[in-house]
Amino acid sequence: MSSTWLIARRELSATLRSPLGFVVAALVLALDGLLFNLWALTEGDKLSAEVLYQFFFVLSGTTMVASVFISMRLLAEEQQTGTAALLLTSPVRDFQVVMGKFLGGFLFLALLTLVTLYMPLMVWIVGKVSWGHVFAGYLGLLLLGAASMAIGLFGSAVARNQIVAAFVSGALLVALILMWKLGQEADRPLSGIFAYMALHNLHYRSFMSGRIHLRDAVYYLSVCAFFLAAATRMLESRRWR
Amino acid sequence: MIAASHLTKSYADCKAVNDVSFTVKQGECVGLLGLNGAGKTTLLRMLACLLAPTAGTARIGEADISVDSIAVRGRIGFLPEEPPLYGEMRVRDFLAFAARLRGVAKGDLAERVDRAISRCRLGDVEQQRIETLSYGFKKRVGIAQAIVHQPPLVLLDEPIAGLDPAQIVEMRDLIRALRGQHTLLLSSHILHEISQTCDRILVMHRGQVAAQGTEEELTGKLGSKLRIRLDAAGSRGALEKALGGLEGLEAIEIEARPEDRLSAELVCSRDLRRDAARAVVEAGLGLEVLTLLRGDLESVFLKLTGPREAES
Repeated sequence: MSSTWLIARRELSATLRSPLGFVVAALVLALDGLLFNLWALTEGDKLSAEVLYQFFFVLSGTTMVASVFISMRLLAEEQQTGTAALLLTSPVRDFQVVMGKFLGGFLFLALLTLVTLYMPLMVWIVGKVSWGHVFAGYLGLLLLGAASMAIGLFGSAVARNQIVAAFVSGALLVALILMWKLGQEADRPLSGIFAYMALHNLHYRSFMSGRIHLRDAVYYLSVCAFFLAAATRMLESRRWR
Repeated sequence: MIAASHLTKSYADCKAVNDVSFTVKQGECVGLLGLNGAGKTTLLRMLACLLAPTAGTARIGEADISVDSIAVRGRIGFLPEEPPLYGEMRVRDFLAFAARLRGVAKGDLAERVDRAISRCRLGDVEQQRIETLSYGFKKRVGIAQAIVHQPPLVLLDEPIAGLDPAQIVEMRDLIRALRGQHTLLLSSHILHEISQTCDRILVMHRGQVAAQGTEEELTGKLGSKLRIRLDAAGSRGALEKALGGLEGLEAIEIEARPEDRLSAELVCSRDLRRDAARAVVEAGLGLEVLTLLRGDLESVFLKLTGPREAES
């Protein structure tokens, strides 16, 4: 665990100091504020719960996009610059390297997400906010962010080039999001399977509404586990190439 | 310390390393010599557990690289040709990170980092960001990260590549200073460097060990003669008399130089430097220069590795 935490701390510190980290943070926060204003606060009078519902919907999109940009460098940059040799010749298991990278990226994403708390606070000032709703929404966002980060990390393990890594993880995210559409079009029992696999629709909506279902949390954690295991396998396979 | 047995690494239908076996004793400094593409880097990367062998294996101490790579990685320090450095970190912080990653306890951390900084003479730049350092300093930081946890075995891939002449001298001194405290295996395609820093040479060619031994053994094996240059002050007759009885001396050419000085070239079947020095001093001649000429080792290397078109 200490090696994992060591790698995670270095990763977080590197992201906080890197121009990419600043640019992603600035763009995502600006986009969050803009979309919140344009989407959640318009179209006439709304209940605070409706505003929060749309706020968490808006943030889910920017969180997924941010996770792709944050994760694209996690392993691909190490391969590109040759620093992977430091990690891979140290007495650290490949899974610890992957977990350290994941945690470092996720902590940055979590910081970025929590900075948006000022928006629910504004709703609270002018309306009636259930803090349970806010908690559930942020929990959903963090789970969705963690799953997207794991997918992004897998993309970064597959490709040596960061841009290619971003395309791979972006394509995977879009494919998993579009599963809800396949679920609508396909016949049973495939429709149920596709609907369950969808990254956003079925599992995220309850969080947006302020409800926490264990099955949804289990789904996101399973996606994390699957893609982190796949990223570890990809890293291991590099030793055989 | 290293026992490699039939190590092989294949890429598609090309064998980068082909059935290589060798041993390195504890405390030895061994040089891997070969042209670009000879398989030196692949061999080092397999020993560092960065690449898995296609066939064969190697033991580092008691641990097998294929079976217990974590234990192997705990015993080595590795410097690839391009040092693996995080540019945004300060030198001291980076070395502390590398040491912790290799399992150095928090209590020992400051002492180990101080020691690595002192051995690699990085004191003046320890608080500087790595990205702002010159390439020579980056190489030194690369060596510092490889020794900060005091591993028994240090693997250095082309440690002098890309350095300017002044930096090469500094790096040579640094590598010499590591001898005795670590077993060293380093690669280079520059024969002069290998013969200056290593006890023994493994000549690699087309993925195989073409020959191994000391410089003297290699020249002897291929029937090449060693050539020694000796400059002294005194008379020609006295010098001929002093050197004439040395066993192994096959020919001597003496050239007179201004101010009663002589320059001699000795052709011999073994390294006669110590005996020649003793004989000259005992004869009361002023010894000024005594050096092994590299020309013949180069011809040995070319004989072993064939013509340049063999490079792949």
